[in-house]
Formats: sequence, structure tokens, C-alpha cells
Amino acid sequence: MNTVVAKLQRQFQDYLVSLYQQGFLDNQFTELRKLQDEGTPDFVAEVVSLFFDDCSKLINSMSRSLERPENVDFKQVDSGVHQLKGSSSSVGARRVKNVCISFKECCDVQNREGCLRCLQQVDYEYKMLKTKLQDLFNLEQQIVQAGGAIPQVNIN
Amino acid sequence: TFLTNHKHIISLLSSLVYISLIDMAEVMRPEKLDMSNDTSSLGSPELLHVLAVDDSIVDRKFIERLLRVSSCKVTVVDSATRALQYLGLDGNHSFVGFEDLKINLIMTDYSMPGMTGYELLKKIKESSAFREIPVVIMSSENILPRIDRCLEEGAEDFLLKPVKLADVKRLRDSLLKADEIAFKNIMHKRELQANDIYSQLKRAKI
Repeated sequence: MNTVVAKLQRQFQDYLVSLYQQGFLDNQFTELRKLQDEGTPDFVAEVVSLFFDDCSKLINSMSRSLERPENVDFKQVDSGVHQLKGSSSSVGARRVKNVCISFKECCDVQNREGCLRCLQQVDYEYKMLKTKLQDLFNLEQQIVQAGGAIPQVNIN
Repeated sequence: TFLTNHKHIISLLSSLVYISLIDMAEVMRPEKLDMSNDTSSLGSPELLHVLAVDDSIVDRKFIERLLRVSSCKVTVVDSATRALQYLGLDGNHSFVGFEDLKINLIMTDYSMPGMTGYELLKKIKESSAFREIPVVIMSSENILPRIDRCLEEGAEDFLLKPVKLADVKRLRDSLLKADEIAFKNIMHKRELQANDIYSQLKRAKI
């Protein structure tokens, strides 16, 4: 009966599906959503928020390590990439995770230029994802405020 | 006197009463009563207290929720050192008391700064108090020699990150099953003891 809710739910569903289709998210994000319920409606938002904070922190410290060409601490960078890869994998941030794979390869061969490129790319990807997910959470909020339920979305 | 003549009988009777009381205590423990129910998160009470160890804040939040959804009581720490402190294995003896602690499962990340999950596993298996607690290693890297090393050191299982709900369910089911088998063995043993005493009493013509 409530067409406003139905419209918002449709919008939400389409948007979420598009994020998967465009490779921003993978199956792990679906697993995260499964863990959320009426009792913990902010769970996904909280986890991704921690993830984005982690990204920012790690990118800053890796940037410092890569700063001076004559004195790069590749061990520190490698540790940062490992952590970033792990956490992006845990939240389903597919593009960020994929950059980390290339990033690790540059680190392994101590390619500073390559590392700097990857660093820039990972920074871009996480910020892009942050914007996309913010839009998604806003849609969620609108649905709830309109009195509707968040749709279960099947990705395949 | 009655007492000295029947000392043997009285000792048999008290053993029987003792064993019956133990039986009743075993049966009435809340977790044992629900043993035969299905293990879905809807009906069953919290059966497992899990100690989760991970240096990643994202992974800690994730695993905590995963375990809560799976009807587990969860304690999360951010390093192997803190895990040892919690268990009271760091030499400081700062833990509350074994009964309150009652950890049923330890899940630890493999790669952590300082002490690794593997080193934590070894420390736990070296401890007489905690070596029986199953330890599960989690890792984002599928490295076979690593997996072998952990299993050889006594790890219960090795899970590839990110951990899934299905992994936790499988783990929980297999641990509860092992517990159920152990419980049945205890009950059977008590039954045999009770039967033996009953036969002795019969022979003594009570």
C-alpha cells in the first residue's frame, strides 16, 4: 500500500545490486549483512566505519614509510598492505582488496614507484567505496523512517 | 554394634547415594539438559564461551558478532599476550577463577605482531590447566606448511579468513558432539558403578 516505501526499497535493492555488479563489493559484504538484525541495525555501518578509519590510518603510515626514496621501510609497508588486505577482505571491499594484491607484489620486489601508484589507487578506492556506502546507508535510513523494512537482497 | 557389623554395607550405601547425587548433578546441569535439542541459535542457551584473539579491529568486531549470532558467549582480546593474561598464563596470576573463566574454545588469528597465533597455540598446549581447550587458528593465507604445523601442534581446526557463519556452526556442532560423547561415557561409567554396588548389596542380602 505504501508506495513511497516500495519505491525506496526498490531503489535500495537496485543500488546494492549495482555495487556488486560494478565490483565494489563481493560476497563477504553479503555475509556481513546476514549478521545484522533488528536488534543490531547499525552493525554493517559500524564495521565499515572501522574499516575506513583503518584505511586512513594505514595509508598515512605507509605514505610516511615511502616518502624518502633513499630510505624506504618496505617491511613496514608490507605489514600495512597485509593488514589492509585482511580488513578489506573481511568487509567485502573487493576493489580495495584487489589493489592490495598488486600493492603486495610491488612491495615484494621493492618497487617504490609501483608502491606509490598502488597507494594512490588504494586511497582512491576506499574513498570511493565510502561515498557509495554512505549513499546506501542513507537509503536504508529513509526506508526505516518511512516505516518500511530493509529488503533482503539476493545477489547472484 | 550395628554400625561396626554393618560398616561394609553402610559404606556401599553411601557410595550408592554419592553416585546417585553425582548423576543428578550431571543431568541437571543446564547445558546438559539441552544437549539433545537442535543447535540453532533460536532455542539453545549460550553453550560455548569463546576467547577470540585478533590484532585487527575490523576482524575483532566481525568475529565477535559472528560468534554472538551463533549463540556463543564471547571475550575478545587484541593480542596473544592479552589472551595469556586473561587465562592467567602470563605468570601474574591475575585471573578471576577457573569456574568463572570456563573457556570452551579459543579462536586466534595466525599473523599477529609480537606473539603469533602459532606461539599462543604452543603456550596453551604446554599448560596443564588449558591444554584440553580446543584452539582454532584463523588465517587469511592458505599456506599448507603453516596449516600442517598448526595441526601438528594440536590445533583443533584451521579456518581461512574471512570466517563464515557456516564455519562457526560446523565448529560448534563438532565441539558439542564431542562434549555429548564425553558426557554419555561418564553417565555409562556411573551406571556401571551403581550396578556393581547394587549387586554387592544384593549379595549381602539387604
